[in-house]
Amino acid sequence: MSEVTGAPTVGIRRGPRMLLHAVLVVIALAWLVPLVTALYNSFRFFEADTQPNGPLSWPKTLTLDNYRRAWNVGEIWRHFGNTMFIVLPALLLILLLSSMVAFACTRFSWRFNVFFLVLFTAGNLMPQQVIFQPLFKIFKWIPWPDVLSDTNTGNLLGTKIAVILIHVAFQTGFCTFVLSNYMKTIPKELGEAALIDGASVSRQYFQIILPLCRPAFAALATLEFTWLYNDYFWGAVLLQQGGERPITSSIAVLNGQYSQNYNLIAAASMMIALPTLAVYIALQKQFISGLTLGANKG
Amino acid sequence: MSIPVVPEDVLPEAVLADDALTAPRRGRRQRFSQLSRRDKGVLGVMVGIPALVHILLVWLPAIFTGILSFAKWDNVRPIDTIKFVGFQNYWTIFTIFDSQLFPALFNNFVLIVWLFICSAIGVLLAYLLDKGIKGTRLYQSVYYFPVVLSLAVVGFMWKSVMFSRDTGLLNKLWPGGPIDFVGDQKKIITFHIPFLDSPLGLSRNFAALLIAMAWRHIGYIMVLYLAGLKSVDPSLREAAAIDGCTDWQSFRRVVFPALRPINVVVAVITVIEALRAYDIVAALGVQRGTEVMGTLVTTALTGEGGGRVGIGSAYGMVLFLLCIGFIIWYVINNFREQDT
Repeated sequence: MSEVTGAPTVGIRRGPRMLLHAVLVVIALAWLVPLVTALYNSFRFFEADTQPNGPLSWPKTLTLDNYRRAWNVGEIWRHFGNTMFIVLPALLLILLLSSMVAFACTRFSWRFNVFFLVLFTAGNLMPQQVIFQPLFKIFKWIPWPDVLSDTNTGNLLGTKIAVILIHVAFQTGFCTFVLSNYMKTIPKELGEAALIDGASVSRQYFQIILPLCRPAFAALATLEFTWLYNDYFWGAVLLQQGGERPITSSIAVLNGQYSQNYNLIAAASMMIALPTLAVYIALQKQFISGLTLGANKG
Repeated sequence: MSIPVVPEDVLPEAVLADDALTAPRRGRRQRFSQLSRRDKGVLGVMVGIPALVHILLVWLPAIFTGILSFAKWDNVRPIDTIKFVGFQNYWTIFTIFDSQLFPALFNNFVLIVWLFICSAIGVLLAYLLDKGIKGTRLYQSVYYFPVVLSLAVVGFMWKSVMFSRDTGLLNKLWPGGPIDFVGDQKKIITFHIPFLDSPLGLSRNFAALLIAMAWRHIGYIMVLYLAGLKSVDPSLREAAAIDGCTDWQSFRRVVFPALRPINVVVAVITVIEALRAYDIVAALGVQRGTEVMGTLVTTALTGEGGGRVGIGSAYGMVLFLLCIGFIIWYVINNFREQDT
């Protein structure tokens, strides 16, 4: 990956090459300005320092006060917990369900397999706002024991389980699409050979296809983790109790309370951004291949 | 368990597969009918459970929204109090609530155009990064990182350091004194539409959001396109170079058309992202000037004076109708050439 050999333009002349570098560096610096400025000012007092002296001035003092206050007032730790409670089970279920559909629809020939692939792919692109009102009713209609929820209403509405379920329903669409493209590249003969050897369908799935899909799983898990973590809409509309919301949906509360302390908001943004940035830096290759698996056929 | 019978027509193909080195591989999938009963059951469960979850929670609500858009209901009283009123809700949103609907539609339209411009910049960056110069990987990482941030966080970051009234970097650069971009509802440009009372236009607070969204969208498209560029057969470009094409000509005339499937994906992603826009607007608090279809539907159904189910659903269906054409285009693009 690191050695790019795509275009036969290695012999690009020195002058234009330098110009190109200059352009790319300027853009890269511009790209970093918001993040770096936010990071820098999140360590400064707003009213005593940033506001009178400007965001790029030399700091009077550096402080962790913004982080401390955002952490306490925003109950960041609790919301991180909520996020993990939603994201991890959702991620596992998404990969499990979508790999099952992709397996059944690409490895076997039956009448409706394309229909199901289309159904899942199209459903994933549906605007969320179109479905959420009836969804309330459906969640209200599904009984759910109070022991397993924190709402004590006897149904799914307002529980984090409901958020997990809607993530699973939505994202299974995207992952099914990606995994089915991936599974199509696995030679059909593998399935035939297994069939001849008497392997059952479930055995083919668990022992042949799933192990071969490991790279696709890694890519999708990385990508889906950041998508689910970054979800704002479902966490905000399905969880009416503010304390139950995942971290991304909870940031609006801080904004309401500290709308004038921009450095505190920057500190909160940095804390919320940190996990996904860390995942991106550590697993960049998986992240990018997850996206491109979805865009490139097969 | 019964031993599966190998149908005669499977064997020759398996043998033939090795000969067909040049032709695309045409190994046959396992036929459903040749499976044992138990295997059929397993496959049924494998498709059935995910399909049930997906249909119950995505497609069924969409259909209900469609039905409710023709109904009057306060969302509280029992379901049998629903009254069907034909197209009255649609009539209402296009005539009485036109001062809400059209600004939102206009903003979504602006967003589509804007994100297309951003997509073009992303494609251009991908083209530049594909030239194989040193440090490509680093540039790519930097341009791409905003994509891993949620749009809500992007909104807050830009609000706090780029657009805040006294300290925002862009506000300081703006000629003619500092203005509060995120809070300023003043219109930058306006269009007078004959049948509307108030003119449509792009307001400053929405323009600020557009810039923040560009930061994220450009990198997204760049990475998608870069992967597409790497998948282009190098001999195509070599042939173009031998025929005397300049680098840009070979991109414009040979590579770009060859990447048609990716172009469709990019176009559809751009439009759908623009139509689904919600997070950044809602997280910063909807104001006059920043409303989009996504927030319009949500506030009609949950916000102040919520419970206007019919009206909210009608807004939702307008959004749905705007999206569905592009969804179908995407699906056709992806599934047309399949041998299934």
